[in-house]
Amino acid sequence: MRGREAIWDSLIDLGVETVFGYPGGAVISLYDAMPTAIHHVLVRHEQGAAMAADGYARATGRLGVCVATSGPGALNLVSGLANAFLDSVPVLAITGQVSTAQLGRDAFQETDVFGATMSLTKHNYLVNRVDDLPRVLNEAAYIAQAGRKGPVLVDVPRDVMDAEVPEGADSTPRLPGYRPRQRGHPAQMERAARTLAAAGRPVILAGGGVKWSGASPLLVRLAQKTGAPVATTLMGLGTMPAGHPLFLGMMGMHGTPAANGAVQECDVLLALGVRFSDRVTGARESFAPSAQIIHVDVDPAELGKNVPAHIPIVGDIRHVLEDLLPLVPEKRHDEWVSRVNSMKRPGADDGTAVRTIMALAAATEGLARSDDLIVVTDVGQHQMWVAQHYPFYHPGTLITSGGLGAMGYGLPAAVGAALGCPRKTVVLVTGDGSLQMNVQELATVVQERLPVKIVLLDNTSLGMVRQWQEMFFGGNLVAVSLRGPDWVALARAYGLAAWRAGSPTEVEDGLASLLRNPGPGLLHCPVPPEENVLPMVPPGESISRIIVESRGGAT
Amino acid sequence: MIQTFSILVENQPGVLTRVAGLFGRRGFNIQSLAVGVTQDPTLSRMTVVVDGDDRVLEQVKKQLDKLVNVLKVSVLEGPEAISRELALVRVYAPPSQRAAIQQLADIFRARIVDVARRSLVVEVTGDQDKVAAMMSLLAEFGIIEVVRTGRIAMARGGRQVGGKAMCNAQSKGGTHDGEGLLRRGRGSRAPAGVQGGCLGVREPRERAGAKPEG
Repeated sequence: MRGREAIWDSLIDLGVETVFGYPGGAVISLYDAMPTAIHHVLVRHEQGAAMAADGYARATGRLGVCVATSGPGALNLVSGLANAFLDSVPVLAITGQVSTAQLGRDAFQETDVFGATMSLTKHNYLVNRVDDLPRVLNEAAYIAQAGRKGPVLVDVPRDVMDAEVPEGADSTPRLPGYRPRQRGHPAQMERAARTLAAAGRPVILAGGGVKWSGASPLLVRLAQKTGAPVATTLMGLGTMPAGHPLFLGMMGMHGTPAANGAVQECDVLLALGVRFSDRVTGARESFAPSAQIIHVDVDPAELGKNVPAHIPIVGDIRHVLEDLLPLVPEKRHDEWVSRVNSMKRPGADDGTAVRTIMALAAATEGLARSDDLIVVTDVGQHQMWVAQHYPFYHPGTLITSGGLGAMGYGLPAAVGAALGCPRKTVVLVTGDGSLQMNVQELATVVQERLPVKIVLLDNTSLGMVRQWQEMFFGGNLVAVSLRGPDWVALARAYGLAAWRAGSPTEVEDGLASLLRNPGPGLLHCPVPPEENVLPMVPPGESISRIIVESRGGAT
Repeated sequence: MIQTFSILVENQPGVLTRVAGLFGRRGFNIQSLAVGVTQDPTLSRMTVVVDGDDRVLEQVKKQLDKLVNVLKVSVLEGPEAISRELALVRVYAPPSQRAAIQQLADIFRARIVDVARRSLVVEVTGDQDKVAAMMSLLAEFGIIEVVRTGRIAMARGGRQVGGKAMCNAQSKGGTHDGEGLLRRGRGSRAPAGVQGGCLGVREPRERAGAKPEG
């Protein structure tokens, strides 16, 4: 068995069925050895491969795998890997490299991929000896999926792919330096339980860690038992079902007044699987000023990194909540809950864009409630409108680029989600800026016959940047006007069905056509360019300072 | 605050870059860094001197612990640690000054390792204070060139820094010399729950044997 066969064998042993990739010189022999058991999805740009693998992993909870050739191929993966790193998504990237004899000589399509990806992967490898290959692949897959998940890259020189793997090469992972902790420390759990029991104004903040550990049902039970209302981060949307009386919505820069207000006023904040990014905390020094913070995360380095953790607990959220639930007493906080509920406001902005999202929510409500729908977004205003207005009832039903905020993520992620969950309806909500960043993947959608439903909010501008220029740069609009293509014609040229929805009734009809049509389709929804995402907290300011109306002051 | 970290790492390509890159990326301030292989050729030891506040120093430890190739991170400080630096100092030394420099070197147990017509090379080894004192005295003669190593450090009194690796070796039935490694150490410093895996297991510390300064 040669190295290239060992790679596929390892992947199959790991349960990998789908691989996203793009061939090239340094991986031709790897492609030559590809077994029929592997479904290889040919993307149109390697960034699409990394982002599709990421979308696949988020949709299925399993390892997403991408393959690229050396040099430009591998470097094109980089934004996708960084995206998976910041949102803790298990992705395995396998890249070809020039042969070991050529390494360091600036050979054709040689780049230092190991060095380039070191700071944006959870771990990475350059495999110089074929003997190591089976072990490294197992280690890489394990690291990607264990503890706090993340991307791992394995760079394989072509002569290593072609070399014979010696009989009995040990494939057992050897990771003396890596052993994530699962269960919280008992003494800390008791401190947490006592603190929660004594709380008068408790709030739970749920993040992506709740989704990845499968702790969503436990979160709901904990909220009900402790009587604590729940806010989520962007990555945590769906872990607490929309419409639940204790659910406050998303918090942060575009959070709801109730979620932000509750966090600012609470006396105990139980933070589950969040990393307190600046988009969540606003000005850190004025974040949750009177709160005792109980911070639970599987990654010890997150505890105390951005905000002080009064009670740090290292552990997998599901295990920690299993242990914590029996320790906390049953409580109700009616007065506190009605106080935070009084901060809820009806949608202040009911512009065309928000009405389109609401129409989408109405059209897909049944699918969303029965967990038969995945909503993927790109990055920008439309992303925040979806986060604010689309109701998510199940964990993992929103797939979006949170930490990296990578425009162009949506379409390839939808490709990955549709391949991973063929029985679910995949809706991509995107913008005219984002869609053009990876528009070439429309060809992948059609070639793979993926019934992705694309709702394009087209404001012929880079809306979020325009909004910042308007709000914080005195209205000096620079480099934000986008003249797009004829979207309906473009979609049809790629082979998608396409409709244009110029008015509210056309939106409803268009959504119906889009959802009814069995294949992939695009609904082009023009949106006035001046619509803003509100509420909004100005960057760097306290999350108490929410701007709720376009020309209004702060509350 | 300045702290000395002793980091046990797998002896693999890229590990130095990984550690140095982490410091650069996270904005941690390295004062010195020294690397060398350990008694086990598959492991290397890095000694890194870092300047930062409590939050930064805690993050340094946690972020280092997160690296897959890092087996063990410990903080060596105060009288419980032996630390050494080495400096080679080329000092201006016309024949009339040689004796004075020789005398100074003797007092500091430094050595003269090269003699030229108008200069000497002095090799001085010691802790930070001793090297600094020697340098300031040599400066009076005129220092032409200085080459210094980073600090290396080791715990006094039988405490071995490398519990994690040894722990693992033990769990696999391997042999090692970490006597008493699996006994609980006294009062752990970090809040309970922050420690992972074998990090909380360390040999009970012997009374720090006060060694005369060399």
